[in-house]
Amino acid sequence: MIHKYDEKIALDIINQVGAKPEMLVQILRAFVVKFSFISESAIRLIAKEVNLSRAEIHGTVSFYHDFRTTKAGDKVIKICQSEACQAMGSRQLTLHAEEMLGIKLHETSENNAYSLEPIYCLGNCALSPAIMIDEKVYGKVDTKRFNQIVDHKE
Amino acid sequence: MSTSTKIFIPRDTASLSMGGDEVASKIEEIAQKEKKEVTIIRNGSWGMSWLEPLIEIEIEGHRVAYGPISETDIIDLFKADFLNGGSHFLKLGNTKDIPYLKNQQRWTFRKCGLIDPISIDDYIKNKGFSGLGIALKKGSDYVLKELEKSGLRGRGGAGFPTAIKWQTVANAEGAQKYITCNADEGDSGTFSDRILMESDPLALIEGMTIAGLTVGANKGYIYLRSEYPNAYEILNSAINTAKEHNWLGKNIQSSGFDFEIDIHIGGGSYVCGEETAMLESLEGKAGMIRFKPPLPAIEGLFGKPTVVNNVVTLASVPDIIDQGGPAYSAYGVNRSKGTLAFQLSGNVKQGGLVEIAFGITLRELIEQWGGGTASGKPVYAVQVGGPLGAYFPDSLLDTPLDYEAFAAKDGMVGHGGIVVFDDTADMAIQARFAMEFCSIESCGKCTPCRIGSTRGVEVIDRIISNDNREKNIDLLNDLCETMIDGSLCAMGGMTPFPVKSALQYFPKDFKPEIE
Repeated sequence: MIHKYDEKIALDIINQVGAKPEMLVQILRAFVVKFSFISESAIRLIAKEVNLSRAEIHGTVSFYHDFRTTKAGDKVIKICQSEACQAMGSRQLTLHAEEMLGIKLHETSENNAYSLEPIYCLGNCALSPAIMIDEKVYGKVDTKRFNQIVDHKE
Repeated sequence: MSTSTKIFIPRDTASLSMGGDEVASKIEEIAQKEKKEVTIIRNGSWGMSWLEPLIEIEIEGHRVAYGPISETDIIDLFKADFLNGGSHFLKLGNTKDIPYLKNQQRWTFRKCGLIDPISIDDYIKNKGFSGLGIALKKGSDYVLKELEKSGLRGRGGAGFPTAIKWQTVANAEGAQKYITCNADEGDSGTFSDRILMESDPLALIEGMTIAGLTVGANKGYIYLRSEYPNAYEILNSAINTAKEHNWLGKNIQSSGFDFEIDIHIGGGSYVCGEETAMLESLEGKAGMIRFKPPLPAIEGLFGKPTVVNNVVTLASVPDIIDQGGPAYSAYGVNRSKGTLAFQLSGNVKQGGLVEIAFGITLRELIEQWGGGTASGKPVYAVQVGGPLGAYFPDSLLDTPLDYEAFAAKDGMVGHGGIVVFDDTADMAIQARFAMEFCSIESCGKCTPCRIGSTRGVEVIDRIISNDNREKNIDLLNDLCETMIDGSLCAMGGMTPFPVKSALQYFPKDFKPEIE
């Protein structure tokens, strides 16, 4: 479950993971899992707690694809864009998803219902094309199955 | 019969992605309704991904398989009396007799599918921890000798001899050393690490513990990609179970040896699969690659001597110690000893994992195991070894899978991923994607990779649109050479291989649309 940013929860996460520079990637990951994104206030807090500059945190946040800095939609749909899935029609599937949801890759719908993201390999290549919604992977997703999965989820 | 029927339903990602959990609850529900006593065991996967969810019923000591099963088949299966092995169009017969599995040479993956991945009892019953037991008794030198005899090379892709790496770390000075497992399996078309971690995670834990014992390290890290949440859950349970049973932690099995393992999750960056970028990420930083030397074996994690090995490499070790090095090197050809878990995927009818000795040809794998393309159209191109591997045309499909034989054709076996494309593929678009992927994933440290990949996309676009075509092809070749020679790591240094091979073997795809 995604929570609204809360400094007390944030502090708990930092202390639980470990308030050390070497745990920064793990802290950022835990923040994304909890709050869906890394906010400016989160960066300030982490900088203070692990004793790194805000610039250093920014550098690390912007390096990793997972560490988004804007709020994610209620459902995050990731469509694999790698070769095995390409060989089974992931490009057409992506176009279909963009049309159906009215957003492009990297975008979040206006009502905040969906975010659409590219992902590079889910390790489900023998059952491609693959997508991931939140933490669940779906295999052999053609446009029909995509509609079923997304509608079912609503 | 009053005894409960055992039903195995895999919990690996492939099975779950096709409704494994839903199948399990449906079977439970119907069994209850029909008053049949069943025990559902969530095993790992046998690796026959195209048959997932592949469920098995234990009948008189045999396991009878049905698959691929969907939730809507269950009522029908009960009607067909599948609990007693009844006939049904989804019945596959005895699991171990399915040709796809029967014709493999399972070593590292021998327990995958067979056991409940987090059951210590299952693991030990199948000779688990027997390698570690021997290592604890006979010590470091013995392990290094057997490893050397086995000829095991790094399964992550680079193929570096494991014995030499471990020996270097063992010889390095320092009280603190580390074992790191690279589980950032980012190459498209590869999933053997995932299957291993989800189906037999204790083998990885055992392999890491043997590594720690051998080189003198008490601490291990598994760097796992964030795209594998299911593997995380299973690995984490396995680590906890191992701790509870004193196969990890202090004074392991009263030997006086301590070893612990932490899991770190990545941030969705491909380049963090490069060993030095992975070490940076493990230190909490952006995954910028490091100059080599110093080698990680001398100055690795936090500047300490560090073993960096792939999941499959580490998980291959326990049986090598148990069976002896020569038993492993009896498989394979030339300098490629042992087995490799090949992974068939993309446009292929029967995608999955095939562990077999090196030396088999690509064509044999694609035809005999893969059953040809899923679409039924001709095989057009095959990419081996992930996004940095060359695209092979039909004329190269008889190349034996052997590190050196592939290198001689400017290809790479890598981590064993085999992605098949039918003749609807456009190799100019695939070449463009190789450059685009590099521009997305480049860590940015060196110029040939950071800038070259972006320029590469632009040049390919100009070639496709027939803008100064000949000159731009020369320019692209030139750019590829610069990236190969001037990049710091394989990301920029090998991205040109899919590009060059596409240009060389599929030139007609680069023809302008308007002639």
